Amino acid sequence: MSNEISSTGVVVSESSTPLPAGVTLPIYMDNHATTPLDPRVLDAMMPYFGKVFGNAASRNHSFGWEAEQAVEKAREQIAKLIGATSKEIIFTSGATESNNLAIKGIAEMYRERGNHIITQVTEHKAVLDTCKKLEKQGYRVTYLPVQADGLIDIEDLKKAIDDKTILVSIMYANNEIGVVQPIREIGALCHEKGVLFHTDAVQAVGKIPVDVQKDNIDVLSLSGHKIYGPKGVGALYVRRRNPRVQISEQINGGGHERGMRSGTLNVPGIVGLGKACEIAGQEMEAEAKRETELRDYLKAKFEKALDYVHVNGNMDHHLPGNLNMSFVYVEGESLLMGINDVAVSSGSACTSATLEPSYVLKALGLGDDVAHSSIRFGLGRFNTKAEVDYVSDKIIDVVSKLRELSPLYEMVKEGIDLTKIEWAAH
Amino acid sequence: MAYSDKVVDHYNNPRNVGTLDKSASEVGTGLVGAPECGDVMRLQIRVNPETNVIEDAKFKTFGCGSAIASSSLATEWVKGKTIDEALAISNTDIVKELALPPVKIHCSVLAEDAIRAAIGDWKKKNSVAETTPVAVAAH
Repeated sequence: MSNEISSTGVVVSESSTPLPAGVTLPIYMDNHATTPLDPRVLDAMMPYFGKVFGNAASRNHSFGWEAEQAVEKAREQIAKLIGATSKEIIFTSGATESNNLAIKGIAEMYRERGNHIITQVTEHKAVLDTCKKLEKQGYRVTYLPVQADGLIDIEDLKKAIDDKTILVSIMYANNEIGVVQPIREIGALCHEKGVLFHTDAVQAVGKIPVDVQKDNIDVLSLSGHKIYGPKGVGALYVRRRNPRVQISEQINGGGHERGMRSGTLNVPGIVGLGKACEIAGQEMEAEAKRETELRDYLKAKFEKALDYVHVNGNMDHHLPGNLNMSFVYVEGESLLMGINDVAVSSGSACTSATLEPSYVLKALGLGDDVAHSSIRFGLGRFNTKAEVDYVSDKIIDVVSKLRELSPLYEMVKEGIDLTKIEWAAH
Repeated sequence: MAYSDKVVDHYNNPRNVGTLDKSASEVGTGLVGAPECGDVMRLQIRVNPETNVIEDAKFKTFGCGSAIASSSLATEWVKGKTIDEALAISNTDIVKELALPPVKIHCSVLAEDAIRAAIGDWKKKNSVAETTPVAVAAH
């Protein structure tokens, strides 16, 4: 270490070099995991933690009416963002519940019509695990593969639909690799075949234009905390016309939310979700452009400074703030360790008991070694160019150091084909 | 996850990073792990043929911070030891020294494997008979 003792006896380390203007550590760049609450959202919520505490289901006094009014306003704000009507919005505790309610609720309601559900392999676990549970109950589930760019092949979907298919559930945008599926085509195909279409749109809503009419979506899951709203609140859009979708309730109780989801409404959370949707709608166009520019800038910096970098996922059909990149021959967790004042995610799962890398990256057909080398950058509303510069410079520096340490990088540089080596698996 | 100070220290200042001439007769090379598993360690030793003392050791590792630290520590420990003394280093010593959590124990196992593989390679090159019989597992 090049630590020096100054004349005052204080240890001055290398890291005490002043940070660039506009950079405060730690830097949060993991906005697919969750987003910070927008201060404007917090302001909108505050009264509902205080004076306006009524139960939105209380019909006999002003406390209840006021709460109900706030909830109905939020319903409209959410509906407006996705091209729905407010009566089609059901409040839930978040997207995991929304996905469970949508898939289980439709499976149960339409059981007599058929028992076949189609989804795809890179869905969130909230969809995959729900489908697995339904398989145990006698449903048949087709898990469509994805192509090397992360998109499904619409022809595969066409072939998979049969006369027993009741539901197709395909996510709008992927949480790891940011690819945006051909939702409009999928929806059109489903409507043509008379099959209901659900989409987990958690990563897409508020980031890119989502319109349930134009996109032919019947049921859609969304969440507050991915769009600078509060955690613990989400919504499910359930189409009321052409076709009218029926959902069998999964939580029984007071018959709230038109019987589809009982339980006293989380009024402050719902107000926050509504406000978050309103802001996202107003700022989407400018913000998507800004984040796309930052992301392309980040990608270009890596590609210029480093060899053997690999972008994961189709970049033409992509979320603005997402970049998933493999820094091949460097293991992801060791890279994260070198940038411990920056919050990003790794597709490597060296800490997990299974040591399995991300199933999403594996579904693209990437070798496990490339998957182990991947980092997900999630740019958001509060990230700045100065932060992007700081993070990219730091990563370039750490990757270069770790490659000096990497036997694989040395071997590849010497022209050795790593696939020809007989590795001793342990 | 939180790393112990010793893991962080080895990660920030890895000891004995580098490459020895693997074709030299006094050099033994161990390459263990697999890219698919997220860890590959290469540990090399240079052995004095007169004394059987490991005079130099180098490593390169692709893997998490604990894997880097385990192999860095292994090179530190084998240096100056005889072949037999180096073979006595066990993964549990590494776990203890680096305070590795249970999910990282495989890193220490890999480091022990790397030491053994490097010594095995050196012995093969120099036609040294196995001095310590290795327990044979039923196949």
